[in-house]
Amino acid sequence: MEDKLQPIIGKLEKEFGGTACEYRGEVSLTIPAEKIVAACQQLHDLGFELLSALTAVDYWPQEAPRFHVIYQFTSVTSNLVLTLRVPVPGINPSLPTVSHIYRSANWRERELWDMFGIKFQGHPDLRRILMPADWEGHPLRKDYPLGYEEPQFTFNFEEINQRKPYAKE
Amino acid sequence: MPDIQEITVDDLKHLVSERAIQGETVLLNMGPQHPSTHGVLRLLLELDGEIVVSCVPDIGFLHTGIEKNMEAKTYQKAEVMSDRLDYMNTVGNNLAYSMAVEKLVDLDVPPRAQAIRVILAELTRFQSHLVWLGTSALDLAAMSMFLYCFREREYILDVLEMCSGQRMMTTYIRPGGLWRDVPVEFEAAVRNILKTFPKRVDEYEALLTRNPLMLDRTYGIGKLTGEECLNFGVTGPMLRASGVKWDLRKNRPYSGYEQYEFEIPTRTEGDVYARYLVRLEEMRQALRIVEQALDKLPMGAVRSNNHKYVPPPRSEIGVSMEALIHHFKLWTEGFNAPQGSIYTAIESPRGELGVYLESDGGPKPYRIHWRTPSFDNLSSLPLMSKGVLVADLVAIIGSVDIVLGDVDR
Repeated sequence: MEDKLQPIIGKLEKEFGGTACEYRGEVSLTIPAEKIVAACQQLHDLGFELLSALTAVDYWPQEAPRFHVIYQFTSVTSNLVLTLRVPVPGINPSLPTVSHIYRSANWRERELWDMFGIKFQGHPDLRRILMPADWEGHPLRKDYPLGYEEPQFTFNFEEINQRKPYAKE
Repeated sequence: MPDIQEITVDDLKHLVSERAIQGETVLLNMGPQHPSTHGVLRLLLELDGEIVVSCVPDIGFLHTGIEKNMEAKTYQKAEVMSDRLDYMNTVGNNLAYSMAVEKLVDLDVPPRAQAIRVILAELTRFQSHLVWLGTSALDLAAMSMFLYCFREREYILDVLEMCSGQRMMTTYIRPGGLWRDVPVEFEAAVRNILKTFPKRVDEYEALLTRNPLMLDRTYGIGKLTGEECLNFGVTGPMLRASGVKWDLRKNRPYSGYEQYEFEIPTRTEGDVYARYLVRLEEMRQALRIVEQALDKLPMGAVRSNNHKYVPPPRSEIGVSMEALIHHFKLWTEGFNAPQGSIYTAIESPRGELGVYLESDGGPKPYRIHWRTPSFDNLSSLPLMSKGVLVADLVAIIGSVDIVLGDVDR
């Protein structure tokens, strides 16, 4: 662990009750969902100006927690990186938004809603971003099949066309 | 699936101002096939005369589910998808992916492979900036720039083809090294580029930098401050044009970048013109790095000897039983990566290209997320385009240097 990161981790651990772990030189801290806004605010004030990435992992069929939401922070001024992980349950997955602290979270949270179905409370504009607005399901969940398209030829074009899923009119 | 989301007009009313509802301003669709949007980007513009009141980007037209697809492939096979993300920076994507896998399984990379990686990554950066320069100048009606830039780009694509057999989708950088060593003609071809290109960059500057039309169209347009950039997650040349000296090649060096001398160009204006100057200087610096790397290119292997993860060379398979077993196992079931998750980032021509990779101990990535720079850079467009003319919006989109494959993944 980098020396400059040590006090920050200690502070976060004390305040938010998380547990820090290190893997291949990267420090990640797991904190409970209700404290994420306060933690983000704290990190923003500590000089982590950049929310580099915001993503999630689905551990289906495990239910509690089914998801981990991962916040990747970068401090440009002190050249540090830090990861926060937030476990989210599978039933009605939701988290408070951090888009008022990091505006880059706006689109990233929309992406997580789109791909994982995790709701972000207080988000100003929670719509699908990559998939069409009327899409069913959340593609990056592990229980969502990868899917394929049946090749259509002249002799079976009509037959396949009938059962082929289309976006609704 | 239970949660089908019905979208009604009322749900979308908050995107535009009250004046649009009353009919005072005009709503106009720009895209998804507008030529100046560099791909399939749709913008919903609210216009007051010719002034943009608000701009709502609509993305996802090029969404190909690359992250989902990669989860279904073994580590070696998944790499092929990475080229298709940001099709202007294919080598950079391979590099980011390979670095992520190497970090996950703790794999060594021989110094020769690292130097070749740097050479190719910088040539690709140059190539990507050429495409940006050509297309964004074309948006500003400088037709000839496009032709000049694409003429030069061919030289770089020729080098990529020489190494990998492919002009764009190279998959040349592999976890643990490279696919194979560079051919003997490589050095002469790169030297030729190093000899001719600096003059060409001067020519571009002569055409554009003091051009009054260029200055009129770009100076003071689309301003972002450094703070806004960071808050919106904007990285790369856009961030550096706003006065923040942040480049992962210098600040968090990877693949041996710390051995090379180069400058990080920055400007403080944060407008379209500053981004142009920063990128142009980056092209010169890229050539500088290539020259240094080529001068001290070490000899030796280009692939790791750890055959648990890296396939053995073809010549060994006929004489070594272990090599045959490794070859067979690696190309059928792949290798099992240890359980864990990592995040690596490189400086792509557009900014921080990050890979979040999580393994459950199996031969396929359990979750791979691409933090693509264009996605975040584009998200600052509504802020930049407030109150500008429609014609200036075209210049601003050009200056963001979006690649829609990178935005939509």
